[in-house]
Amino acid sequence: MLLRDIAHSRAGDKGDISNISVIAYDLKDYALLEKHLTPERVKAHFAGVVQGDVVRYALPHLGALNFVMRHALGGGVTRSLALDAHGKSLSGAMLGMEISDWS
Amino acid sequence: MKTLRIGAGAGYSGDRIEPAVELAEKGELDYLIFECLAERTIAIGQQARRADPQKGYDPLLAERMQAVLKLCADKGVKIITNMGAANPLAAAKKTREIALALGLPDLKIAAITGDDVLDVLLNGDYRIEDNGLPVKSLGDKLISANTYLGAQPIVDALKAGADVVITGRIADPALVLGPLIHEFDWAADDWKTLGQGTLVGHLLECAGQVTGGYFADPGKKDVKDLARLGFPIAEVAADGSAVITKVAGSGGQVTAATCKEQLLYEIHDPGSYFTPDVVADFSQVIITEIAPDCVAISGGNGRARPATLKTTLGYVDSYVGEGQISYAGPGAQARGQLALDIVRERFAITGVQIDEVRYDLIGVNAIHGAQLSSAANEPYEVRARVTGRTANLREAVRIGNEVETLYTCGPAGGGGATKSAREVIAVLSMLLPRELVAPTIHFEEN
Repeated sequence: MLLRDIAHSRAGDKGDISNISVIAYDLKDYALLEKHLTPERVKAHFAGVVQGDVVRYALPHLGALNFVMRHALGGGVTRSLALDAHGKSLSGAMLGMEISDWS
Repeated sequence: MKTLRIGAGAGYSGDRIEPAVELAEKGELDYLIFECLAERTIAIGQQARRADPQKGYDPLLAERMQAVLKLCADKGVKIITNMGAANPLAAAKKTREIALALGLPDLKIAAITGDDVLDVLLNGDYRIEDNGLPVKSLGDKLISANTYLGAQPIVDALKAGADVVITGRIADPALVLGPLIHEFDWAADDWKTLGQGTLVGHLLECAGQVTGGYFADPGKKDVKDLARLGFPIAEVAADGSAVITKVAGSGGQVTAATCKEQLLYEIHDPGSYFTPDVVADFSQVIITEIAPDCVAISGGNGRARPATLKTTLGYVDSYVGEGQISYAGPGAQARGQLALDIVRERFAITGVQIDEVRYDLIGVNAIHGAQLSSAANEPYEVRARVTGRTANLREAVRIGNEVETLYTCGPAGGGGATKSAREVIAVLSMLLPRELVAPTIHFEEN
């Protein structure tokens, strides 16, 4: 089971900072997100991509988490050498997280 | 109770035009906005303006105005846009020409200037926020410096009777907040209401991204008729609460899920979204589906506006050269990897001067790197990509050349080689005390 099975996501950019939202399809699944999708877990998932801190903001009533990841875009959108300089496709990497052990 | 209908006709400079026409024709709008400025767009516009004083505004301005100006004038829809980019005055002049050609001599077209603070920065002692260095250290690499204006100059232009308002750099939500303040007479320190209005602006500013664009994931999130994606309309009440909807029969969908994704798009702390007009608080926003393609939005809040204004510096950072070539069939990945290894070695042999370089296999690991890509099976086809940063264009050209020569001097079966070399305009930012920024309104007249 993947995160994609219970949540959807969108990534955005500002300078060298990427933010990725993770939103439960069903509010009942939000507790699972809040418990397991910690900033530490997200930072480990994106090791090799994200060089800086990961901070999490919670909007429980919307079933949503927002992750703000610093030094995540190869020095910043306007000068990055990456194929996806905006990191827009990072939402797909987030949803690929294996969650079969979540309970 | 009076409500105001505001449509978003563009979410970026190159956006589709037909949804804007659909909004103008069928949206029963009061205002149509076009948000067209990315971070470095103004710097690129400034270069165009230096080459030709009548250029520097949005490349699609004329096409967009041609498409919507008459429709909007006939229906009394006012247009607000940041398509002025690096040259709002020339943009207004061009728009006036189009209006005259369309038989609309009475249309009042306003340009807002004052966001360009390059002279202020060059005549003072200011520091760059990102690296602490003096602005002057950028020397002749500095191209542009533009402050994010707030909604007030738009309000003033509307009060003076403008039908079309064209700005340069301005906070994106201000394109929506301006008409709301004007129509509902909101006080400049009514932070809660300004925060709610900013929320509406934030949801609209990327146009199709709230109506089902940037959302579809087949099997998980299917979107109806995406090819004919309609752009959004906010029906806003005097307290700033709004319903997000779209033209009936257009493609896409407005749901709680599309609104939630856009609510958090390019937001850091949802409780503190800094704009020139208010520090908005989106942490308690309420999103409710009230009918098909109708989502009610309320609960936005805010605190006193910041004392400083974000200012973006555009500068020539470096040059980048790139080359790509494809391999397919059995052993494609190994041949692609061999190609990258060859180019790496040839850069050393021929002495190409490169400051920073990436070697990617598109289809294998190019987007998210080795760790996230490691579980995948071997692909049928790969595309080798080499990209490097250099100090000048001549060296940048050599990067793509080393990839192209893989045709005759590399692994078997390489095809579809492409190469490019370009100047990189990057941005840095700083905060400027707001009293140093003085917006001015100009009316384009006979």
